[in-house]
Amino acid sequence: MDIYLVEALLNGLLLGGVLALLALGLNLIFGVIDVVWIAYAELVMCGMYVVYWLYGYYHWPLALAAVLAVLGVAFLGLLVHQLIIAPILGSPAINQLLATGGLLFFLQSFATLLFGTDFRNIGLRLPILEIADMSISFARLIAFGVAVLGAGALYVFLSKSFLGTAIRAIGQDREIVGLMGVDQRRIYLVTSAIGGALAGLAACLLVLQYDVHPFIGLSFGPITFMICVLGGLGNMIGGFAAAFIMSEIISIGGFYFSQEIGEVLAFVVFIALIFVRPQGIFGRS
Amino acid sequence: MSPRAPWLAGLAGLAVLAALPWLSPSSYFLHIVILILIWGFIYTAWSLMGKFGLVSLGHGAFLGTGAYTAGMLWNFVGLTPWLGIPIGVALAVLIAVVIGYPCFRLKVVGHYFALVTLALAEVARLSIVAARDITGGSLGMTPNGVPTPSWIAIQFADKRYFYFLALGLWLFGLWVWRRVDASMASAALEAISEDEGAAAAIGIHVTRQKLTVTIISAAMTALGGALYGQFVMYLNPDTLAGVGVSLQIVFAAIAGGMYSMLGPTVGAVLTIVLAEALRIWFGTTWIGAANTIYGILLVIFIIYMPRGIVGLIASRFPAQLLPARQRAL
Repeated sequence: MDIYLVEALLNGLLLGGVLALLALGLNLIFGVIDVVWIAYAELVMCGMYVVYWLYGYYHWPLALAAVLAVLGVAFLGLLVHQLIIAPILGSPAINQLLATGGLLFFLQSFATLLFGTDFRNIGLRLPILEIADMSISFARLIAFGVAVLGAGALYVFLSKSFLGTAIRAIGQDREIVGLMGVDQRRIYLVTSAIGGALAGLAACLLVLQYDVHPFIGLSFGPITFMICVLGGLGNMIGGFAAAFIMSEIISIGGFYFSQEIGEVLAFVVFIALIFVRPQGIFGRS
Repeated sequence: MSPRAPWLAGLAGLAVLAALPWLSPSSYFLHIVILILIWGFIYTAWSLMGKFGLVSLGHGAFLGTGAYTAGMLWNFVGLTPWLGIPIGVALAVLIAVVIGYPCFRLKVVGHYFALVTLALAEVARLSIVAARDITGGSLGMTPNGVPTPSWIAIQFADKRYFYFLALGLWLFGLWVWRRVDASMASAALEAISEDEGAAAAIGIHVTRQKLTVTIISAAMTALGGALYGQFVMYLNPDTLAGVGVSLQIVFAAIAGGMYSMLGPTVGAVLTIVLAEALRIWFGTTWIGAANTIYGILLVIFIIYMPRGIVGLIASRFPAQLLPARQRAL
């Protein structure tokens, strides 16, 4: 087998880790609150700027910058729910999607206003690993590892803790859960904060690999939505698997043709699969 | 107000619009008005679907198909836009059918429909970027200029020609909107957006109705995109395809009011004037200021007045001034 193809496959796998983390956060929010945050990737952009300014510009320790980014975006998630979603929880689902679309515009333009359209790099160069003639980015390897750990932690939290159980219960039946004495409002806030925290975590991992600029959200936001839908909106394990399928399509397409063609293929596969299985590949019918 | 008042106001407005180029406005002013008319037409096209709950986040694909087909046929084959634009429109309709038919047939609705169309917009943008050898990729492309103004090339030095083309296009858009609004299809589509199953049960052909309005909307959007390309003489995948412009279309239409005939045009006036005003006041140091304010406005609009500006104004007027369909809402 062509060694470069193996390299592309491996890089696809590593890319899948971060995409899976993104899809996980979005899926959690969708599954529990039944809302699509179309500005999710823009929250990631905010987290990337936090790391850039704290670490890249003011030279705070990287770990501290990362923790603050995660906490900051988690708080942002709380705000998104409280200010935008909560007032229109009863409106048609598409209104909620569009309201967070307004947020997308706001965050993008506000970032442009504050920081300009420059591409900013945190100035940390991680080594490239050379394994059997293949070059594997160390940053991607870290990102993959942290993403898998993050997903695992979330899984344990959701399945073992009381709060996690309440979150899962609300995703299944929001009327009955209220009767069981679970405070819906509080669960929604916690879920939004966790969703935000996952976006913040993804931001820390992405900023190691990509320059941050106000429009970076557009480059991986759409693919994240496709992954969630393919996995079955709200189905976290499905989303995890779909992330790897999509990232492999992008990598292999990129290997044989070009990066853009790889992404085109991923979107076309998405559209075709929606027609075959509208509830997602792993969705419950 | 007498029942004739809206008609008289409309006629007076038309007279002003027709006389506008002779009221010696600056070339800049005319430029802005042309942009408003073209985008107003495109937003109106989107609202034909949007007001029936078919929220498409993929109209950038139709815009790009129209503009790029006409532009490339002109640059590479020398085909006049008079033929190139219809070919672009036909292609956009083809895409609309290929995506729309299975969507409607398989009941892909709501979030799912929005996300499928969003994928379509990205496919269009990325394909244009990937074909950079012929499209210029992210750098964009410029249609070949002609030495003298020409009807064959639809290129004029005098903006007044474009003004009347754009005005005609916009009026055509309003006419289509009225035709659709007054048709039986409109009633059927409204029933579908309320309850698809119930609509099908009383004998409404759901797929056909949705597909018809989608085709009309896609064709108009492609037409608007092509004329926009002819006017600004520059095509770019980010401004004519992709998620960015698709969302811009959705939000302008919603801000203006997608349930009213003039709502989308009001959305175009609002967004373009806001952007220009902020650009003039703050200069280029404040890039992003316009869209920052715009983003906040959108969130507020969707939360507090989902029917848009025109919808809010209309709700203050007595019911008999409104078109029949709106009274029910």
